[in-house]
Amino acid sequence: MAAATTSRLARPAVLAGPRLHRDPVWLRRTLIGLALAFLALFLLLPLAAVFAEALRRGLGAYFAAFHDADALAAIRLTFLATAIAVPANLLFGVAAAWAIAKFEFPGKSVLLTLIDLPFAVSPVISGLIYVLIFGAQGWIGPWLIEHDLKVIFATPGIVLATTFVTFPFVARELIPLMQSQGNDEELAALTLGASGWQIFRRVTLPNIKWGLLYGVILCNARAMGEFGAVSVVSGHIRGETNTIPLHVEILYNEYNFVAAFAVASLLALLALLTLVLKSIVEWRARRTASESSS
Amino acid sequence: MPAHTPRRILPGFNLSLGFTLVYLSLIVLIPLSATFLKSADLSLAEFWALVTSPRVLASYRITFGASLAAATLNAGFGLVVAWVLVRYSFPGKRLVDAIVDLPFALPTAVAGIALASLYASNGWIGRLLAPLGIKVAYTELGVLVALTFIGLPFVVRTLQPVLEELEPELEEAADTLGATRWQTLRRVVFPELLPALITGFALSFARALGEYGSVVFISGNMPMRTEITPLLIIAKLEQFDYRGATALAVVMLVASFLLLLLINTLQRWSNWRHRAAA
Repeated sequence: MAAATTSRLARPAVLAGPRLHRDPVWLRRTLIGLALAFLALFLLLPLAAVFAEALRRGLGAYFAAFHDADALAAIRLTFLATAIAVPANLLFGVAAAWAIAKFEFPGKSVLLTLIDLPFAVSPVISGLIYVLIFGAQGWIGPWLIEHDLKVIFATPGIVLATTFVTFPFVARELIPLMQSQGNDEELAALTLGASGWQIFRRVTLPNIKWGLLYGVILCNARAMGEFGAVSVVSGHIRGETNTIPLHVEILYNEYNFVAAFAVASLLALLALLTLVLKSIVEWRARRTASESSS
Repeated sequence: MPAHTPRRILPGFNLSLGFTLVYLSLIVLIPLSATFLKSADLSLAEFWALVTSPRVLASYRITFGASLAAATLNAGFGLVVAWVLVRYSFPGKRLVDAIVDLPFALPTAVAGIALASLYASNGWIGRLLAPLGIKVAYTELGVLVALTFIGLPFVVRTLQPVLEELEPELEEAADTLGATRWQTLRRVVFPELLPALITGFALSFARALGEYGSVVFISGNMPMRTEITPLLIIAKLEQFDYRGATALAVVMLVASFLLLLLINTLQRWSNWRHRAAA
């Protein structure tokens, strides 16, 4: 459901002009103060707390948290799940946007709603649905056991749950972007004899590259940080089925706070990197948009 | 607006739509429908007993109550933040604008342990509140704090574009006609913002309903008091009570789908008002 608010690419930056500054100074200062205090309390303090707790016993203890086979296994598993889920959803996003933006067909608005579904589902339920299919008591659970295959409490389940929760990110970014661009350029390329693949690579891709990157950044952040869905399918086997967020949970519940916050600080750094990249892409996309319109 | 192009001249329609439908079915539709089919194993009476037991009812109360309170808090402060970001200029404004998305980017488990450590009785904030007799961590207030955190960007991000495109002429006209600033805000600006404000509120509420990671660390997870419904689903799964977990999941899914429907309707209303005004 985040999608409704993440599409920040298409619109131009509007700077507050002097004519909008008609509110009295005291009101302006009060409102700015109120907004900043609220954001500091709810956003900055938690972020600062992560690093403060992680460094409480100094750098030695901080880095010791990463000299741990279980932590490294968790990092590897998170990267593996992300490396499968993000490209899969990228491919889907491009295909869905091509079908929806370039063609007319019945049932399109239903399809759009269905693509959004994973955002509306609680992360816990996103994991549960796979347990109900692949779990020991699930639909094909008995068949899997017979063939000695494991999905739940194993890597495939974690990949599936990660794919589900990050499903709409790229599609939601590309569909409105490609719809607003229309088909004129692609049709021109077609008239000039370009093949389908050439049209996509030489005409469409350059037009959507910032939207694509934006979707991938958001998708990646969620894939690496997902907790609830992965928690349900993981089984919490140390060194085997724990991702970074699940490893943080285990350390925290064992009262190993420094290590928990140290590993959490990795994810916090990832979040900050995500915000920086996102801002850069927003800025570049706006510049490209204003260049092409002028 | 997209140009009205003839149908299906460009290549790749069958391939792209086919792949879309297959992938959507495999990852989303079939697994989701499994939940509903699984719950059909239960008789109506069994289902009803499972989803209305006292512990479950208590979990709805805290989940819906805290989500509603958090969304209300976010609507109020989100309006102020969006207003300040669009209408005023101050040093560091771009940084503030970027940081609003932090709850989207920060993994929920990290937010959860950070909030729990802040509001624990020896934490930075908990220490200040303890002498006042206010306990946040491991109480209902803790659930509220976590849900406010994760729902924070929604109201700001739905209001911002509407505020940016609001014609200054509207306010100028009201001023010229002798309205006080407060009258202009209340009678001219606020009605324009209302659809977006309600949409943001609903998005924030919907996100809070299903939230798990940021809540479980700070709530203390006390049955009948601070145990949220998603946690109860996990508790049932851990006891291999798949029927109970599935029944609860169906209730939550129906609530989410109704909200999604409401949000789509609200957004259409908002867009329609937008076009009517332009």
